[in-house]
Amino acid sequence: MATGVPLLRVSGVCKYFGGLTALNRVDFEVLPGEVVALLGDNGAGKSTLIKCISGVYRPEEGTVFFQGQPITGRSPSAIREQGIETIYQDLALAENLDVSANVFLGKERKKKLLGFIPVTDDAWMRHEAEKVLDRLDIHIPSLRQKLVNLSGGQRQAVAIARAIYWNARLVIMDEPTAALGVPEQRKVLSLIQSLSAQQIPVILISHTMQDVMEVATRIVVMRRGRVVANLPRSAATVDSIVKHIVGAGDMTD
Amino acid sequence: MSAATRPKSTAASVQDNVLDFIARFWSYLFLLALVIFFSVTGQGFFSVRNFSNILVFSTLVILMSIGQNYVIITAGIDLSIGWTVGLASVIAARTMRDLALGGMEVTPAIIIGIVAGLLVSLIPGIINGVLIALVKVPPFIATLGMFGIIRGAAFLLTDGQQVVGGLPQNLRDTLSAFGNGSLLYNVPEMGLVWFNRPPEMTPLQLRGTDMLVPYPVIVVALVALVFGFILARTQFGRHTYAIGGNLDAARRVGINVNRHLIIIYVLSAFTAGIAGVMHVFRFTAGSPLAGEAQLLSSVAAVVIGGTSLFGGAGKISGGVIGALIIAVLTTGLVILNIDQLWGFIVVGVVIIIAVLVNQAQSLLERRKTAH
Ligand SMILES: Nc1ncnc2c1ncn2[C@@H]1O[C@H](COP(=O)(O)OP(=O)(O)OP(=O)(O)O)[C@@H](O)[C@H]1O
Ligand SMILES: [Mg+2]
Repeated sequence: MATGVPLLRVSGVCKYFGGLTALNRVDFEVLPGEVVALLGDNGAGKSTLIKCISGVYRPEEGTVFFQGQPITGRSPSAIREQGIETIYQDLALAENLDVSANVFLGKERKKKLLGFIPVTDDAWMRHEAEKVLDRLDIHIPSLRQKLVNLSGGQRQAVAIARAIYWNARLVIMDEPTAALGVPEQRKVLSLIQSLSAQQIPVILISHTMQDVMEVATRIVVMRRGRVVANLPRSAATVDSIVKHIVGAGDMTD
Repeated sequence: MSAATRPKSTAASVQDNVLDFIARFWSYLFLLALVIFFSVTGQGFFSVRNFSNILVFSTLVILMSIGQNYVIITAGIDLSIGWTVGLASVIAARTMRDLALGGMEVTPAIIIGIVAGLLVSLIPGIINGVLIALVKVPPFIATLGMFGIIRGAAFLLTDGQQVVGGLPQNLRDTLSAFGNGSLLYNVPEMGLVWFNRPPEMTPLQLRGTDMLVPYPVIVVALVALVFGFILARTQFGRHTYAIGGNLDAARRVGINVNRHLIIIYVLSAFTAGIAGVMHVFRFTAGSPLAGEAQLLSSVAAVVIGGTSLFGGAGKISGGVIGALIIAVLTTGLVILNIDQLWGFIVVGVVIIIAVLVNQAQSLLERRKTAH
């Protein structure tokens, strides 16, 4: 399991919103096969950090390395091309489009009509979307449904399907189980475990301590834009983690 | 995957389907109802000639509605296209006139004029797009500013006149042969005639000639088909809907949203440019005012056609139907000799109905999938 060269390395990253310091010299690493839980109170900077990784934000300072290469400031599509897939906290779905259009959004499969007119290959994409949802054991009655008409859990499933379809090298999940019922939560957790078994690391942001203790191999805690703890799962207890999150017994700042 | 068939009373589902059908196709039904109404009440409404007139009359609004539709689907608005039509017509007319007066053959002068009009029409689109996508100016404000700028520019280019006239007669004849011509005519006592009106016609034949396939209608049909196809079937179309539905999500999945929005506003200006050039063919002159009065009609047509002003939904065919509704209404009222002001009132009411039906439809869709 987790040994060797980091797949992802974040070094000295700072991100400001106006006068607010959302990320303050953050260092962060992910090794192959790890499930890194990223914890912290509301507003600690977790989502901002993963957006700096996925290319949504460009950090003011610091560098993001992926497989040894600096990828800081690249566009979201360039980052996806590298094999980093992200499930955002707000899911980032187009609710006016149907299930398969969302799974393939931005990476549509095309075919040639009459041999030269490039059109979207909707039948193929629907078929593939069906397969990936089956793999997740998630049932959506019709893939032609627009997302506005789906439940929160079904939408979340679509966001997850979109991330795992592409055989990612790194999967980032920002609160992936928040809208899910218990059975779907179990599926997502076992999915995370199967990804890490395939040596595909996962960064998991979650407020559900139970989930974290179950699947994480390492735990990183953030507070006010800084990383304040970085411990292997084996060394962590719920108590110690919570103390780091709220900052009790912490002398700095 | 088998759609889970839920036990549901068939009466209720039939009712739902009927409602759904009406919500989807009410604008088609409304257009049909209008045509039937005016055909029954208006002398001469139900005739090939009148229908072909309505189609030609509607070409301007249809063209403007195509670009406007793309813009509104991205949750924007383009208030400047009315004057873009005028600008393109002025540029095209001036270019053709000056080249022809300078001794150039008619055909190259026309072609260069078309290209000049179309190219210049792209300029306001590029500026709109850059302001909206990169500088983050709200579309309403950016295109309102452009509205003033192009208006001024178009009038300056005509030296303050309302028309660019003075085109030599041979140039005007060629322009008119297309702008007011038809691929196919029906001439009394002679039957179908292709491409050109026969040179010798009795006054009766002259009056009775119908244009079965007017050239402007062919051009507009082609433009509508191409842009309708792009929207419905291509990746560009898919991304247009995605941007209108959730701009942030579109950006995060890697769609180049800024570039896409710039293209959308250029496209909107381009269809207005086509309309401007077509004006020169139809009226053998250019005018800054060529499309000014049709701006609101283009928005109305798009909304009547089912495009949401919040973005993310709409079809080119919807805008075309909306434009035809406006054209039928306008023509019908003329034939019934009713004040045009009633036309404004009816169009206003139809817009409100359109918005209500849209909302009812999304409620219905949600109810259908709720259980
Ligand atoms: N786009 C933005 N503009 C301005 N401030 C922002 C923006 N995004 C985040 N912030 C601020 O940055 C800080 C960190 O936010 P972030 O969303 O990263 O927190 P988080 O750890 O993900 O919290 P949560 O657990 O609530 O999701 C917060 O104070 C937040 O208000
Ligand atoms: Mg967050």
